[in-house]
Amino acid sequence: MSGILSICYLVASVTFILGLKMLSNPATARKGNLIAAGGMIIAILGTIFLYENDGKKLGNYPWIFSAIIIGTIIGTLAAKKVKMTAMPELVSFFNGMGGACAALISIIEFDYLFRENKMFDSTFFSHVVPVGHYLAIIAGTIIGSISFAGSVIAWGKLNGKIKDFTFKGQHLFNLVVFALVIFFAIYTYQSDVKVANIPFFITVALALLYGVFFVLPIGGADMPVVISLLNSFTGVAAACGGFLYNNKAMLTGGILVGAAGTLLTILMCRAMNRSLKNVLIGSFGGTAKSAVGAKGAQGGYKEISLSDAAMVMAYSKKVMIVPGYGLAVAQAQHACHELEKVLEEKGVEVKYAIHPVAGRMPGHMNVLLAEADVSYDKLLEMEDANEEFKTTDVVLILGANDVVNPAAKNDPSSPIYGMPILEVELAKTVIVNKRSMKPGYAGIENELFFQPKTSMLFGDAKKVLQDLLAEIKNV
Amino acid sequence: MQAVINFLHENIEAVYIVILMIFLGIEIIGRVPSVLHTPLMSGANAIHGVVIIGAIIVMGKAESGNYIALILGFLAVVLGTLNVVGGFVVTDRMLEMFKKKK
Repeated sequence: MSGILSICYLVASVTFILGLKMLSNPATARKGNLIAAGGMIIAILGTIFLYENDGKKLGNYPWIFSAIIIGTIIGTLAAKKVKMTAMPELVSFFNGMGGACAALISIIEFDYLFRENKMFDSTFFSHVVPVGHYLAIIAGTIIGSISFAGSVIAWGKLNGKIKDFTFKGQHLFNLVVFALVIFFAIYTYQSDVKVANIPFFITVALALLYGVFFVLPIGGADMPVVISLLNSFTGVAAACGGFLYNNKAMLTGGILVGAAGTLLTILMCRAMNRSLKNVLIGSFGGTAKSAVGAKGAQGGYKEISLSDAAMVMAYSKKVMIVPGYGLAVAQAQHACHELEKVLEEKGVEVKYAIHPVAGRMPGHMNVLLAEADVSYDKLLEMEDANEEFKTTDVVLILGANDVVNPAAKNDPSSPIYGMPILEVELAKTVIVNKRSMKPGYAGIENELFFQPKTSMLFGDAKKVLQDLLAEIKNV
Repeated sequence: MQAVINFLHENIEAVYIVILMIFLGIEIIGRVPSVLHTPLMSGANAIHGVVIIGAIIVMGKAESGNYIALILGFLAVVLGTLNVVGGFVVTDRMLEMFKKKK
């Protein structure tokens, strides 16, 4: 029987590799996801019915099945009900659950070891447990706990429940906590078998604490990068479980995600022209304030009325729409598509300029606009868009801010200096829709709003777009 | 030092897998367009839900009197399932929207 199980795991491993490969190509992505899911089902069913532990089959079927049913119901509901805007935080939440799962497995395995050995005469834990076995357990515990705590904080930050929190000496504090985690992990291994559980649980608590303080100071705009990083952490934690049970499916799946996740994290950083180190250590804060102070006396901005905006757009040749998080929050993607159609009926060419990190996650805007049936070839990536701005009459910015901030190009003191931006100022006119003059996620002023060719159109993106639609139809 | 060598030797098969998977993982997503970053992250997130296998094993071998293992194991299976099912469903939902384009 265990022969069949090995094949199940082999099939699962292959589907994971194939799935991930197909996920990185738009044409095959959806099928790839389903293939990986199929492999997962095979691995899970195989484990339940075929796994043997020292010749004994697994028991507790009622527990296992009820747990799976509960998890399936909650997971499906959460995934189906979530709004497109809340997608990133849900991914973070699921990632945290995986991390917690990995940590719990290791904690239970530690508990077994502890119970088995505590009745023996006093001896060191390291004398009764092989180092490889202990390493797999402790690494799974620590990485899983960090991933869990970090993901929950990232989840809270993205849905606005948790605010950025920094204090002086935070990096040093984090370093000390991390050193303590390692210290207690080693100390556990070197302690007496009768009391080894105490330093072990201190390790767990410290790892959770580290996860919290690791994510807390990082700005909300950088959350996608952090989630991607924590995602690869959970992969490694799962691989630790693979070591523990000598399970090839867990090992391949975990390491694959660990490696791919790390690369994805770096790719995301690159899209923002920032280094991972910069994201993790250089939290937005101090420098931002000085930038605001320096640029404080920027003079006024001008507003444009709906009818004027409608007029300008209806009589232009080419309109470029720059969507941002504001569009996502207002759920204005459908209204946006409507506007595009109406303008095209009037003979205006309409395209979208998509910044790689617009919204809260790379690709976020593409997903949203695809939901509203916006044709794929109307979405321009940043470089193409920057070419086309020169020939664009009107740029309509919908709730985007930092990705069009010229400070990234010409103000070395700005915290976003160096990030590639959409160069909207190349166009003839810029209309900015925002809810207010409040700065964007990076917390810095945007001089674009004060430029002569820019006019502001305040209000909720959806409301403004609907009113704009009505006006344009009347033109 | 001897312990490390022994450890590597005993698990040499796993070590090979780890190293090959690292290269493979980097290789297969190396050219992903930024459009797909979010769904790819979400899909990878679902795949590491494979950790649920460990949870099922822990749960399945827990003895009836061991409440710590039973309760924590139960929780682990629930959370693992959340990760797997939620992860795949949410990824499918994201990608479904891409598909609609002609």
